[in-house]
Amino acid sequence: MKLILKVWRQKNSSDKGRIETYPMENVSEHMSFLEMMDVLNEQLISQGTDPIAFDHDCREGICGMCSMYINGEAHGPDRGITTCQLHMRKFNDGDTIYVEPFRAKGFPVIKDLTVDRSAFDRIQHAGGFISVNTSGNTQDANAIPIPKDDADKAFDAATCIGCGACVASCKNASAMLFVSAKVSQFSLLPQGKVEAKRRVLNMVEQMDKEGFGNCTNTGACEVECPKGISLENIARMNREYLKASVASE
Amino acid sequence: MLKSSIAKKVAMSLSAFFLMFFLLQHLAINLTSVFSADTFNELSHFMGTNALVQYVLQPVLLFGVVFHFIMGFVLEIRNKSARDVRYVKNNGSANSTWMSRNMIWSGLVILAFMFLHFVDFWIPEINTKFIQGDWSGVIAGEEGYRYFTELQHKFVSPIRVGVYCLAFVFLALHLLHGFNSAFQSVGANNKYTKGLKKFGVAYAILVPLGFIIIALFHHFNH
Repeated sequence: MKLILKVWRQKNSSDKGRIETYPMENVSEHMSFLEMMDVLNEQLISQGTDPIAFDHDCREGICGMCSMYINGEAHGPDRGITTCQLHMRKFNDGDTIYVEPFRAKGFPVIKDLTVDRSAFDRIQHAGGFISVNTSGNTQDANAIPIPKDDADKAFDAATCIGCGACVASCKNASAMLFVSAKVSQFSLLPQGKVEAKRRVLNMVEQMDKEGFGNCTNTGACEVECPKGISLENIARMNREYLKASVASE
Repeated sequence: MLKSSIAKKVAMSLSAFFLMFFLLQHLAINLTSVFSADTFNELSHFMGTNALVQYVLQPVLLFGVVFHFIMGFVLEIRNKSARDVRYVKNNGSANSTWMSRNMIWSGLVILAFMFLHFVDFWIPEINTKFIQGDWSGVIAGEEGYRYFTELQHKFVSPIRVGVYCLAFVFLALHLLHGFNSAFQSVGANNKYTKGLKKFGVAYAILVPLGFIIIALFHHFNH
């Protein structure tokens, strides 16, 4: 395959950045998108050019580290996958492919395609946990009966890998799908109900502080989420937030 | 409470529920003008002179309208600022509807239409009743109430009718996303959502269509 790549290059967070064009030849359709980027970087290094910085780790679609906004979509045109699981067979010979970083005020660019997603960590720290006494006499979680439906929904929410595709895809750069997945994961289970009110108030407050936008229910996040996190979670977070706002713990 | 993002969303959707209920009531009364001039006149006179409607519901409605569009601007500004550098290439249609991505634009068209609508109907009413002090609902020398005749006169001009119809198309586009979005914002996403979505589509098409039919009916029957 022959491709023309238009990649966002930015030296550091204070650089203005620009799109650079890189023609590529002999791209195998069996390559993953990240492998193709590796080949491009090898070329750049052999030409004495600075390689393109991009995030990646497990390359198995489960860590949530890879990002990239490919041809106008988070993780590219395929559904239910991260960029590392996107294959070049999804593109055609002669295609021009735009590669940009995930863009949001809450995700500042560090270099090229690498963005700082630590805002998600701070939101998690604000309440995305349960406090359990680990003194040795902790009750076995399996001893607590939980309705199958609740357990399934909590598990579905817990599959969020925090990659930030929801923020990147949202026209408002809203982080509500991520935050609502973390809120739902706990609020559906008895262990999480203890701190439910404090959790949702604190996490939403932190989300707002980080500068993410408001959800306007376009549903773009749900479509682009590699783990298929449902908009139902945002509705649940809204309910939890309203409950927590009108009644104290 | 309106400081947080979710509180703003909920406030926006509550004002939307109120306005969607108002639209139904407005359509119901206007539809009578197609079937019976007398019924329309009687209802208009009641709405135009009833103290509860004029001094309580009307100010609440005005507040609802102003609140909805001011909050719309507030949310839009905040949302725009949440992405300070735009994408060079963005494929929004791959994951969301045109309506959902352009609520601000359909809303602005509706707002512009509201100015016309106020100049056409509301300001003359306020002038007649509150400035001139004429609460009779009749024009001296003419028989019966004035409301139906005034309505017909407004729809003589094909340009005005065209503008009204276009504005209602944008209202339909706004409602196609807005109706169900309002439910999602207050946390209503459950087993009824599937059915509610279909109802929302029906509401978003039928209500503006009703207004379009009324405008066209009076244009061709005056």
